[in-house]
Amino acid sequence: MELLCKCVATNQEQAELRRLLLANLSVTTPWPLCENTLVKTYLPLAVVLVLASAYGFWWKGTRGAIRSNKAIPGHRLSAAVLGEELGSRATMVQFSSAFCAPCRATHSLLSQMVIPMEDVKHIHIDAESHLELVRTLDIRSTPTTLFINKDGIEVGRAAGTPKREQVLAALAAIN
Amino acid sequence: MSEVLDKPEVQKIYIDARGPRFSATITAIVLATALVTHNVWVLIAQGLVFLIGATRGPQFTPYGLIFKNFVKPRLKKEAPTEDVRPPKFAQAVGLLFALVGFLGALADQALIFTVATAFALGAAFLNAAFNYCLGCEMYLLLVRTTTRRK
Repeated sequence: MELLCKCVATNQEQAELRRLLLANLSVTTPWPLCENTLVKTYLPLAVVLVLASAYGFWWKGTRGAIRSNKAIPGHRLSAAVLGEELGSRATMVQFSSAFCAPCRATHSLLSQMVIPMEDVKHIHIDAESHLELVRTLDIRSTPTTLFINKDGIEVGRAAGTPKREQVLAALAAIN
Repeated sequence: MSEVLDKPEVQKIYIDARGPRFSATITAIVLATALVTHNVWVLIAQGLVFLIGATRGPQFTPYGLIFKNFVKPRLKKEAPTEDVRPPKFAQAVGLLFALVGFLGALADQALIFTVATAFALGAAFLNAAFNYCLGCEMYLLLVRTTTRRK
């Protein structure tokens, strides 16, 4: 109780209180006897930092991770929609916006990685000028990279910049 | 590079990418102070910093100038650069929170002041601690919801 409560009564007020108590067994004072000053002051800050940290760790942990549960069932991406032919085995479709530094890093990584790969293509799409596709695929942030097989079916997607090993693993799983 | 990322009609300014993260650290400390002391003047001061950052650019705020003159010379010479627009957008979001908090304080609504300051602090903290790019996360959602479907 001592840590959470700080008595605001001064010595004079305490003397007055004692006098009142002796004169009258029940007493109400015009000033608050105790305030949870420490808790009230620091609680909002603690809440913000805890919640923001939890969200931050979750966000950081899921960036670049390839998730396979967001594909629209039965939906196929065709060359007509994408404006380019698909890769013969797999295609990485990266959605970027002009407003986004991690998009550049992702573009660098992926376009470099496909150079030695003959059966994989990297297609780059501007999210802002393909809003219908963005809505259909429920793309919420950039960069988002879709991993699709030769039939245009999405097998996984990564939000944020994926790591090289994650990309290789995802591509290896497509046959 | 690629046409997607380099739209020619918009004039591009690139800043040192480490600057906004440094500014976010100072911002978080200032906002934490405002939250703990319930002092609206601290929030007003930070709001003015946001205003400069949102209109002229984050490199012209007091924090940006401190970074340029005192921190940057002590860092590695090769600076990762980034487009100035995402940090500028983030400053505008901070300005919005600060404005709401200020209005809350003006109307004697301590809860509004606390919540608005807390959100601004959360955003600054996420940027400082996790390099969370608010512009990247929010921008596409904004464009999606505000552009009419064809």
